[in-house]
Amino acid sequence: MTGLGRIAVGVVTIGLLMVAAIELQRIRDRSFPVRPVEDDSLYVTSPTSARRMALAYGAVAADLYWIRALQYFGGTRRMVEAGQTITDPNRRRYAALFPLLDLTTSLDPRFNVAYRFGSIFLAEPAPRGPARPDLAIALLMKGLAERPDRWEYMQDIGFVHYWWRQDYKAAADWFQRASEVPGAPWWLKSLAATTLAQGGDRQSSRVMWEAIRQSAEIDWLRDDADRYLAQLRALDEIDAFQAIVNRVASQSAQPVLDWRPVMRAAGWRTSPIDPAGTPYEIDQRGRVQVSRSSPLWPMPAEPPRIDMAPPPA
Amino acid sequence: MRATALMAVNMFRESVRDKVLYNLVLFAVLLIGATYLIGQLTAGQDIKIIKDLGLAATSVFGVFIAVFIGIGLVSKEVERRSIYALLAKPIERHQIVLGKYLGLVGTLAVNLSVMAAALYVVLAYMRWLSSEDTIKALEAPALDPAMLKAIALIFVELAIITAIALFFSTFSTPILSATLTFGLFVAGHFSADLRNFDQVVDSPAAVRLARALYWVLPNLASFDVKAQVVHGQHVSAAYMALTIAYGAAYIAALLIAAMVIFSRRDFK
Repeated sequence: MTGLGRIAVGVVTIGLLMVAAIELQRIRDRSFPVRPVEDDSLYVTSPTSARRMALAYGAVAADLYWIRALQYFGGTRRMVEAGQTITDPNRRRYAALFPLLDLTTSLDPRFNVAYRFGSIFLAEPAPRGPARPDLAIALLMKGLAERPDRWEYMQDIGFVHYWWRQDYKAAADWFQRASEVPGAPWWLKSLAATTLAQGGDRQSSRVMWEAIRQSAEIDWLRDDADRYLAQLRALDEIDAFQAIVNRVASQSAQPVLDWRPVMRAAGWRTSPIDPAGTPYEIDQRGRVQVSRSSPLWPMPAEPPRIDMAPPPA
Repeated sequence: MRATALMAVNMFRESVRDKVLYNLVLFAVLLIGATYLIGQLTAGQDIKIIKDLGLAATSVFGVFIAVFIGIGLVSKEVERRSIYALLAKPIERHQIVLGKYLGLVGTLAVNLSVMAAALYVVLAYMRWLSSEDTIKALEAPALDPAMLKAIALIFVELAIITAIALFFSTFSTPILSATLTFGLFVAGHFSADLRNFDQVVDSPAAVRLARALYWVLPNLASFDVKAQVVHGQHVSAAYMALTIAYGAAYIAALLIAAMVIFSRRDFK
């Protein structure tokens, strides 16, 4: 056999063996299914130890912990949204989220997005989040200790007080503090005033989400603010359409269960659509609502107040 | 001078023959792979993470080259007995040490330059992919020239590690040299702890010993400005100059020690 022939035989043999190995693995995985990894171990729990062990590579280690925090939060939330049962009570409470964010920000104390994003994750109510506004505020305070010039962290603390704790006085105080930081935008002052005067109503929520949208540093946060603003617009529209539906119902003395009688009475050609472009629906009790197929669903009933005390284990 | 330059060129050629520059392919694959994966995992932090990863990989690859090639600079010649042929030539022993050191540092310089260029190319691509809003929100520009400051200090740090490896290589076995060099690399990043030892122990003797080690061991932590650069913090020219001058003095001391030991070594 020539040299070239030997090489060809070698290549074909290697190829066949690789195909055999892949096929055997496939058969084994089918016969003995691999369980999904649900390991929440942190391995290193102390930020000080992690910082020492990282030597000169703390920033890369912080990036890895950040990616892990995102995966942990996103993965758990996806399981909740898909209706899967989470057997591990720690996972259900997102127990590893704060330690992961704490390690991230200890390894890279200037990791801006980890503070801002992390606080949003931590404050999210259960079961879509750990419902820990106290830890959200603690994380942002840690960021403020490192960067006292970041008015964004103060604004975010105000946001947690406003949205999740519905403590409008504390929220207004933080917005005011943020507005006093050199370089802070002018609208923080009006946000503080609006919050103090009309905290909790839809208009002040709109002002706050506009503010968050303007200061958002990443597309995800900006998109989230856009979604909340669209939902607030939808709430206004639902009020207006509900009034029309109620009027048609009282005129016809019959409950209105779909848009046809309303369209006839109002002379509309099509049923109304929400800000995301999906038609509104009328339920069996005659209430106008956003469709479940709309990107705006589920709509935020004003969020429930979350106490600063941690939820029971 | 000419003999030293020839030794350096030979050392550079040898490292190329040893396929040291293959690590550049690995670096490129790592960066390109990371660019694809990171965009889907990091919630808008791709450019920051590519910078962190690129600078860390530059340093890690460099440390491995500096240690594993550095420890063999002299001991390999002794093991292969090629040292006898070398000593028979009209070249001084100190020129051998200096030439080998400069050759490896040259290899590291080529490596770092190619890695830096690759990092900037990847960042330019990431910038092109990013939205204007994302770019505006960055703490430092995607193609920040200040990253060169971090790369320059990584280079000086690698030059120190090479000098340490070469120093051990003149009188010790490769395994022991590698262990000692890695040990000093790790200890060099704990210098702040040595300086502040008085805050954790009461013993004046232990504090004095720790303080002495702080001054004697290479303070490698001061060469790490990667995080500052990535976060757009200013690294002053004065800091750069002082740190580079410290590195140069430390390297000179190690090289002189290595030359003295090598000059007095008996190869019979």
